[in-house]
Parts: sequence; structure tokens; C-alpha cells
Amino acid sequence: MVIYAIQRLLLSMIIIVVAVSLLNVMLHLVPGDPAVMVLGPRATPELIERTRLEMGLDRSMLVQLAMFFGNLLRGDMGTDIFTGREVSTIVMEALPYTLILITVSILWAMAIGIPLGCYSAVRRNSWLDRVTGVLSVATISIPAFVMALYGVLIFAVWLRWLPAIGAGETFAEQIRHLILPAFAVGVSWVGYIARVVRASMLEVMGENHVRMARAFGLREGRILTAHVLRIAVLPAVTLIGAGVAHLFSAAVFVEVIFARPGIGALIVGAVNERNYPIVLGAVLVTTGIIVLATLISDLVVAWLDPRLREEL
Amino acid sequence: MTDIPTDAARAPSAAAAHARQLSRNPMGMMGLILVVIVVLSAIFAPWIAPYDPNAIMVGPRLGGPSAEHWLGTDHIGRDLFSRVVSGGRIAMLVALVTLTAAMSLGLLLGLIAGFGPKWLDNILLLIFDAIRSFPVIVFGLAVITLIGPSLYTVILVVAITSVPIYARIVRTQTQALRSAEFILAERAMGASTFRILGVHILPNVLGPLLILASMDVPLVIAVEAGLSFLGMGVRPPAPSWGTILNDGYNFIRNSPWPVIGGSLPIVIVTLGFTFLGEALRDIFDPKLRRDL
Amino acid sequence: MSEPLLRVRDLSIAFGTPRGRIRALRHVNFDVPKGRIVGVVGESGCGKSTLAYSLIGLLAANAQITAGSITLDGTELVGLPDRDMRAIRGTRIAMIFQDPMTALNPVSPIGRQMTDIQYRDATSRAEKRQRAIDMLTRVGIPDAEALLDAYPHQFSGGMRQRVCIAMALLTRPDLLIADEPTTALDATLEVQIVSLLRELQREFGCSVVFVSHHLGTVAELCDDVAVMYAGEMIERGEVREVFHRPAHPYTQALFECDPGRIKIATRNLPTIPGDLPDLVQVPPGCIFKDRCPHRWDRCDTEHPPLYEARGDRHDARCHMIDPAESRAEVPS
Repeated sequence: MVIYAIQRLLLSMIIIVVAVSLLNVMLHLVPGDPAVMVLGPRATPELIERTRLEMGLDRSMLVQLAMFFGNLLRGDMGTDIFTGREVSTIVMEALPYTLILITVSILWAMAIGIPLGCYSAVRRNSWLDRVTGVLSVATISIPAFVMALYGVLIFAVWLRWLPAIGAGETFAEQIRHLILPAFAVGVSWVGYIARVVRASMLEVMGENHVRMARAFGLREGRILTAHVLRIAVLPAVTLIGAGVAHLFSAAVFVEVIFARPGIGALIVGAVNERNYPIVLGAVLVTTGIIVLATLISDLVVAWLDPRLREEL
Repeated sequence: MTDIPTDAARAPSAAAAHARQLSRNPMGMMGLILVVIVVLSAIFAPWIAPYDPNAIMVGPRLGGPSAEHWLGTDHIGRDLFSRVVSGGRIAMLVALVTLTAAMSLGLLLGLIAGFGPKWLDNILLLIFDAIRSFPVIVFGLAVITLIGPSLYTVILVVAITSVPIYARIVRTQTQALRSAEFILAERAMGASTFRILGVHILPNVLGPLLILASMDVPLVIAVEAGLSFLGMGVRPPAPSWGTILNDGYNFIRNSPWPVIGGSLPIVIVTLGFTFLGEALRDIFDPKLRRDL
Repeated sequence: MSEPLLRVRDLSIAFGTPRGRIRALRHVNFDVPKGRIVGVVGESGCGKSTLAYSLIGLLAANAQITAGSITLDGTELVGLPDRDMRAIRGTRIAMIFQDPMTALNPVSPIGRQMTDIQYRDATSRAEKRQRAIDMLTRVGIPDAEALLDAYPHQFSGGMRQRVCIAMALLTRPDLLIADEPTTALDATLEVQIVSLLRELQREFGCSVVFVSHHLGTVAELCDDVAVMYAGEMIERGEVREVFHRPAHPYTQALFECDPGRIKIATRNLPTIPGDLPDLVQVPPGCIFKDRCPHRWDRCDTEHPPLYEARGDRHDARCHMIDPAESRAEVPS
């Protein structure tokens, strides 16, 4: 199990390296001076020259990449063009908000999606199953920001039940402000998770070990949890791990629409200002988190399914 | 991963059978109808739109739906219906170009990965995984910072991030077929690699690709609308659904109609293509899975 | 002779399929005496597995018991509400399945699976574990205590089947149903499992229904045997009697086809000519008539009942044995 975790960790790190290198390479492929890119339009020629040397733009590509990663390892992601603050600080301040949003979204989606999928599998073709089926397909592809806009329209503007701006101060307020955004991000996942859980449960329920469990007269509830769900939930976990990237994308929109602080809002603001260091830093951190999330979900799956622990 | 659907390689009469199967699937038929409506309205947009989508003050500001303005008007008096219909053109164009580019590149890379040497396969896989680790929007925003916002940037970004999905499917099918016995037999008879690729692998791979593409359309349209919504895609005043929504969002407390008008086509398109894609998938290969 | 433990009378089961109703079992009469091993043999598709699953109430959703009764020590099982049937499974009736590779829960250690099935006992967890260890040792699994925390995929096929046998006997059933337990194992393992089953049956004294298509194994293990063909029970009796002097032409043909019996080297292995009959439209008369070398006109129209062949416990469903039949021959 430990060996498996280490292998996955190494693979994840390689992926981060490749991804970030790609981005860096792009920076240099783009027409224009990368130093100007990083410093912004107000930089003086001396500053530009100095930065060019610092960034090693006169050296070869490989050396530049090495320097970049060297800085990275020291925690230095550059400085914000406008405020001069450390990028790493700025990004780390915004990160928790986004993480909370994403975590809460996926948690409530699982809390509703998994039982729904279970029920649909056990009571196949019941009206709830059919309704869930149609609604799942419908909500899966409707983009999160459309959902967010509808949420604002119905609950904030029309009914005035829930707030549409900001993240709130006190704990209770923060929860209130989280409701609509988490709903917008998570709602398409409810249907998706329900469908996947339903499909894999139906598959597992037909397997021999379930039949054997029935042959021993085990209670149906016990069979469902220990023999069916435990296995059927694995594909859903894998999908969620793979879908963290998608969650981040949704979070960007939701943060903008609800004027919440977070990585998404940070990036959008930075893009508008052509504030490249912040964008790069945010992308880096985002990629890191996504890779971490995939790793965690792989580990969870391996923990749940002992057969996977032997292989990579 | 998936079984090899041989449907695509069969005689045309199979197509008729599949069409019949589709007609029996209510969700699929509804999807097909919606898709046809959207595509047709996109093609004939200039003739359907009653007003010039960019003409301001042809109606009241933020007026609701009426006989002259079926979806109402936006905050500077432009007719929403005309804008929405024109926006459909942009959306379909983006979808067409992006998916064609992504499929072609994905096909090529997938074939290389599946048929070529192992080391190349490993490298390509690594690159695919790396690209997939990026959220499309975040990656897109980074690129936009570099190149500046425009329709072409959007197309580029979506195409690049979609390539791994197609490439993987092609690669899996290719690998499975590569060691299939009839391929070995062909090689023994001296068939060149190109012939094998073209005659045997390609038809078997095209089917799942097309199904995947049709299910990808909603995603592509959502990304374009999203980026335009953030002001980073199509430049205003061009009537992308995203820009309509952005305008609507700014005035959401004054009138719900721009938001409704801008979002309705997105919902229709996504529902249509998703239903259709699901029905197609059920017909051709129920085991085809799709990553988000 | 005391009452049989299990009494199957006139059991008929049909499956609903898009093609039509398949009448998989028709008027099956079958007894399992207390403490005896009864084999059920027949080729694939004869209905022996359907019979086995009907005894434990685990038929598929599209199966329906259209007639007949199954009594376990006086309790009628057909039509029994689900809750009561569940109370019988894993206490009075236990089952061993054909494929040990998929019979166990892959994500649960076998120790937990073995204590789970004892959930009705009021004993402590430690006691349940100890019982599991004892039973695993009894079926020939070494170092049982350490293996309790192992997962099924860490065991070989033969070991997994032993675990399944241990689990079945842990519940001290009155009736053990074994559905082709050795079919998925290779020959050496088969011998081991069969002798294990024989020992265990002698020790625990339960009745066993042993379903198989392997005549040799049945001959070795079973006390009685029932032969099935196309959904009907066409011969039954003590195993030595039936196997030495089979009364039904199908049983006779089965033995002739057994490769082990061939004395002279030959290129062509003997087979029974013809195909299985259609079970949606069951033809009238004898079910074996299309493939029987002794067929005559009575076989075409009249469905043969179980006639007594020889001795008081050997029956066969063949008109040739009808004592009233002038053409009756006692096959040699």
C-alpha cells in the first residue's frame, strides 16, 4: 500500500512538472518579450534588462526552466506587477475560499447523489428512478455558470431568500453565502454521481458473491452496504477525482458571479490586468491541487479495493 | 477498455437499422429535434433574425417579451431574439471548428500512440495526462493572458484541451486492434502500415469518436459562452450567448429577460446534444464511458 | 425408512423470456433422505442448476414455480414469504457455488465474511472468529488464524473453494447444496475437494445435494443419484444400482459416451445423436424420443411416468420398463 502511494506521488509530480513546463514554454513561444510580460507595461528599460538577466532569458531554454523550478521550490512564484506583493502570499490567501467552495459542493453532491443512485438501482424503474434518470442527463451538461445565474435570479432577486454577493463575515453568514454557489457548482454532479452509482450497483448486484451472500440469508441491508455499495462506489470516487479540474473551472465562474473571493476571482481579475505572475502562480497552485486530488482519490480507491494495492 | 464496435465498418443497410433504433428512443428523438432546430437556426440566422443584432434602441430598454420582440430587449434596446439567434451562429461555428480540429489531431496522435513505439506512447500519455490536469477554463485564461482575448484564442484553447480525450479513445482502439489476428494476417501478406490504418483501424475508430464528439458539443459551447461571459472570448458587441448573459447579469435586478434569453439557447443545445449523444451511445456501444 | 429431509413433488418451473416461456423443469419428483449424499447429473441445460437454486429459493427474477411443492422436514418452501425463506438460508440450508473465483466478496477479508454469516448467533466476535479458524483448519487450510485477515484474491481457486465449503458448514445446515463445486477446478483439486466433502459429510451428518455433470465424481461421492434430461428427472436410485444397471436409454448412452469406459482405442468418440428438444413448445410423449434408439409409437404420444425398474428405489421414466408392456426388456 505504501509503495503504491509513493509510486502515485512520483507520477503526480512528474505530471505537474510537465504541465508547468508546457505553460512556461508557451510564455516563450508567444511573440513579445517575456520580461515585459512579467513586469507589465509600466516597466522601465533598466528594469526590463535586469529582469531579463534574472530570468536568464539570455541563457538556453533548459536553463531557464531549471531556474524557474528552482525558484518554485523555494516558494518563490514571483511578485505581483501592481502591488509588489509576493504572488505566493496572494494566491495562498485566496485558495482556502475556493477549496471550501469545491469541497462543500462535492460533499453535498455525494450526500444526495450516492443514496439517489443506490435507490435507483434497488428500485429499478420506479418513478423516482425514471425521474432521476431524466433529470440527471439534463443537469449534467448545463454549465455551472448558467445554474449560478438561475440561482441568483430565482433565490436572490426574485425570492430574496439567499444572498448573492460575497462570502460573509460570521460563520453563520458564511454558510448562508455558500448555499447558492455550492448549489451551482454541485448540482450537475448530483445527477452524474447518481447515474454512475446506479450503473455500477446494477452491475455488482448481478455478481456471484452477492448471490452467495443471499444464500447465507444475510439481511438485504447488509448485502447492499458491505457487498454492493462498497464496490459500486469506486467508479464514482475515481470520477470525482478526475473531475476536480472541472470543479475548478466551475468555481471560477461561480466566484465571479457571486463576487466571492477565491482563486477563480483572482485569476479573472489578473487576466483583465494582464498580470501574468499572478495568473501563472494561480495556475500552478490549481494544477498542484488537481494532481493532489487525483492522487487522493486513487489512494481512497486503493484503500477501498484491496485488489488494486498490488499494481500501479 | 471498450469493445470494438464493428458497426461503422458494416454495409450501409446497418445505418438504416440504426436510424430505426434511434426513432424508437424518445429522448434521442427529442434530442435530434432540438439539435436540428439549433443547427438550422444557426445556418439561417441572418434570415430568421427580425432585427440587426447589433442595432441599438430598436425597442425599449430591458423590455419584456412582446409581439415585436419575442425575447424582449436588452439594456441598450437591442432585440434579444436576434442576438440570441446570431449567437447561435457563433456557438455552432466554434463547436464545428474546435471539434474538427480536436478530433483530427486526436485521431492522429492516438494512432501514433497506439501503433508506434512504446516510448513514444509513454511520452504522449504523459502529455495527455498533463493537459487533462488543467481545468479548461483556467488554462484558457492563462493562454488568454498571453495572447489576448479573441474568438480564435477560445477555439485554440478548447481544441487543445479536447485533444487528449479523443486521442485516448483512438489509442485504446488502435492498441486493441494492433494485435488482433486479422491485422497480423494482413501484415503477413505484406500490407503496409498505411493500408492497415486506413482500411481497418480508421472505420472502427470513427464511430466512438463521432459519438464522443456529439457529447462534447455541449462542453465546447459552454466553454465558449463562459469565456465570453467573462469578457475574454468573443469581443463585445458581438452577440455570443456569453456576452448576452454578461450584459444580462449586470442588469439582473432590473430585468430577468436577458439572462433567460441568453441561457435558454444554451440549455436547449446542451439538452439536445446530450440526449442525442446518449441515444447514439446506447445504440452503438453502451459501454462507452466519457470523462468529464 | 424415516421421512426424507427434503421432498420435491411435481415441481415445475418456467422462465419468462422474449422468445416465450421456457419450461425448464417439469413435474420433478425428488427425495433427499437424511444424512445421505444425492447426486443430480445431466448435461448442460438439463435443469439441474435450476433445481438446486429452487431448493434454496434463489431463482432468477424471471423464473416462476408454476406447480409443485418443496418440503424441508415438513415445512413447505414454495410460496414461503421472503423473510421466512431468508431465515432458513444459512441456517438449515447452505450452498456451495460453482465458481470459487467470484463467490467471495473481493473487498472484505475472509475472516469478516465468515463472522458475518454467523450474525444470528448471540456469541461474541472472538468466539465467532474461533469457530471460523477451527472450520478453516478442518477443511485443510493451514495457518488459518493468520489468513483470517487475508482477502480472497490472495487465495488460489482451490483454497477459495475450501473457504466456501468451510463457510457453508459453519452454519451447520441440515441440507448442503453443492452446485458443480469442482467444475471450475482442475482434476487434482477435484479429487481433493470431493474427498473433503465426503469426510465432512460423514462428520457433520448433513444431507447433500451434489449437482454435477461429471459421472465419475458422482459415482465416487454420492449415495443416491438422480439423472435429469431436458427438465425432467428420468432416472433415480442408489448410485451403484443406477450406474451399473442403468434402466433409461439416456443414462445408458451417457455411460457409453464416458471416455473413461472406452476400452478400444478409437478415432471417433461416441456421442448421443440429435439435439436437445425445444423447451418452449415441449413435444408430447417421451422427452428423449428423438434421440432414443429404442423408440416406438407409444413413446411418441404417451408421456412416461416413473416406473419401478428394479428393487424398490430404482425408478426410470421409460415405457420399456413398464411391467405391463409386452415389449419390456431388462437392459443388460
